[in-house]
Amino acid sequence: MTSTSTPAVEIDQETRLDLYRRMVELRLFEKRAYDLFMEGLVKGTSHLSLGQEAVAAGFGAAMRVDDYTFCTYRGHAHTLSRGTPMARVMGELLGRSNGVTGGKGGSMHLTSVENYAMGSYAIVGAHLPIAAGAAWSAQERGSGQVAVCFFGDGATNIGAFHEALNMAAVWKLPVVFVCENNLYMEYTAIESVTAVANPAADRAAAYGLESIIVDGNDADAVYAIALETLDRARQGAGPSLVEAKTYRHGGHSRADPGKYRPDQEVEEWLDRDPVDTYRERLLAQGIAENALTEIDDDARTDVEAATQAAREAPAPGPEVLERNVWADGSATWRN
Amino acid sequence: MAELTYRDAVAAGIAQEMRRDERVYLIGEDVAGAGGVFKATPGLLAEFGPRRVRDTPISEEAIVGAAMGAAMTGLRPIAEIMFSDFLATCWDIVANQIAKTRYMTDGQISLPLVIRTANGGGARFGAQHSQSVENWAMAIPGLKVVAPSNPADVIGLLAASVRDPDPVMFFEHKALYATKGDVPDGELVDTLGTARVVREGSDATLVALAAMVPKALAAAEVLAERGVSVEVIDLRSLVPLDTQTVLGSIAKTSRLFTVEENPRLTGWGAEVVSIAAEECFWDLDGPIVRITTPHIPLPSADALEDVAIPSVDRIVTTVEQVLA
Ligand SMILES: Cc1ncc(C[n+]2csc(CCOP(=O)(O)OP(=O)(O)O)c2C)c(N)n1
Ligand SMILES: [Mg+2]
Repeated sequence: MTSTSTPAVEIDQETRLDLYRRMVELRLFEKRAYDLFMEGLVKGTSHLSLGQEAVAAGFGAAMRVDDYTFCTYRGHAHTLSRGTPMARVMGELLGRSNGVTGGKGGSMHLTSVENYAMGSYAIVGAHLPIAAGAAWSAQERGSGQVAVCFFGDGATNIGAFHEALNMAAVWKLPVVFVCENNLYMEYTAIESVTAVANPAADRAAAYGLESIIVDGNDADAVYAIALETLDRARQGAGPSLVEAKTYRHGGHSRADPGKYRPDQEVEEWLDRDPVDTYRERLLAQGIAENALTEIDDDARTDVEAATQAAREAPAPGPEVLERNVWADGSATWRN
Repeated sequence: MAELTYRDAVAAGIAQEMRRDERVYLIGEDVAGAGGVFKATPGLLAEFGPRRVRDTPISEEAIVGAAMGAAMTGLRPIAEIMFSDFLATCWDIVANQIAKTRYMTDGQISLPLVIRTANGGGARFGAQHSQSVENWAMAIPGLKVVAPSNPADVIGLLAASVRDPDPVMFFEHKALYATKGDVPDGELVDTLGTARVVREGSDATLVALAAMVPKALAAAEVLAERGVSVEVIDLRSLVPLDTQTVLGSIAKTSRLFTVEENPRLTGWGAEVVSIAAEECFWDLDGPIVRITTPHIPLPSADALEDVAIPSVDRIVTTVEQVLA
């Protein structure tokens, strides 16, 4: 089965507005994160999903509240799309004590277990087996939960991808693997280093799975495939591997201008901006413009408040340095 | 009281914990139907069924990754890595993911899991199936490291490891699987981070681990016949490290030797020695000496392997020369 942009399911207006709201929030939040990076307030590194918002939004809207999310260092969007408060994500990016991990994790390791955002993993491919393990646990506990694991095209060439896909298929685990194929790894095109044209979908057959390609810039299409694959997992029919074709608007990380990409390619994808095209679609469907403007305004206000809260939050004190290595809260290794 | 082999104790310890807690699972290559390549897990499939005792593909990253994902979501898995050398194939998941996740998430995620593995030499398997790698694990913040030397400790420390809320690397020694020892009846639960004085003495302290414990004890016997009284400490776990028992013994004997199977550089003894040097320097009457495998990959031929790993003779000779 290969999904197209035309979803098989009817999506009601409330859901459409929800999808739009999620994308706008992610867009405005990450634009702000970029500005704060340029201002020197976000230190270290930051990997944005600008241009890829429809994937996190579509899955976020379709997932059950207690389904698990596993994502990568490019994980702001996935973490936020589970309902993690913006202020706590922004605080983490700024290395402040109000951050989701109090400054221990940083941009690449956002985690909010109370939102079932089970971690952002920065070694390419490592979290696929871990997501399979969470799915295994859900299966054994009979909880009906599904694990959703987001990763990049580059991850399809690492061993952990193949080990996890095989084990998940053999054990029929309730896990949905979502490859966001943005055509590039860091600075090198995925097609130049991969034996097949569709790095995830063309590997599905090796694990007895259907080949699924979805337009990753179309929130409706992502939402529809999310519902379908989540349902399949919940019914006990096993894992899915979804390849979402998408594109990052900016560079790989930090201030990378992404000059290794042809201008025309960038232009084409900018024309297919998931937020703008979705807005146009909603207007064409008769949704009143002021309903959308209200969402835009709310998102702007939320990002402003989150930025303010993060700027004002104190830096973590040295007393937390040797905290939480062990379950007793300590870092003690000897008597 | 019953006499059990070390390998039977592994199965007994796992069974004890699986009976007590239905969240405990065992996964690994050949652990279910075959009962393990070292026959350390027979009978578990029959008692607990194919869901809780499960064979995996030869996918070390998937094995420990699955254990990690399951541990953070409500199970208490035991994952077997057949030979400890193979940990290198999944070291990212062990060292970067399992070890660091509690800290990186500031305590949001707990990983109550155990990775059991057959460690060490003596079986003539060559360098890729024989190395002692407990020092690899010891070097990573966030991992507890346990290495029992006898059947009763296998059960008690395995139970403590399964019940521990943190990830534990459990190093079984393949040269010990066939050895026997008395095991008390009833449930056995030990405490991690407690070394044990297994022989008292007054002239020197020998600190040993796993398969080096019986060798240190045999050496102590020979030395006693020659009028040298050595105290032998079985460290039992490297993290947490029971330094008080070691320092207390040095206060009594004034001399320290470590007996280590790991290759020399950054072996566990280096840390023990540095603590002793810093904290009980004035208790010492002479140089501290580490007795280790040389800094080499382990050879296969019995004639070579036997001289590589510390032997009873080497321990006796070294102690005699140093104390002379
Ligand atoms: C195992 C490993 N190798 C290399 C890296 C360095 N690295 C970080 S991101 C990245 C590119 C990954 O590309 P892709 O999987 O397509 O994800 P994207 O960044 O495009 O979202 C690389 C090579 C890493 N983090 N982990
Ligand atoms: Mg990519």
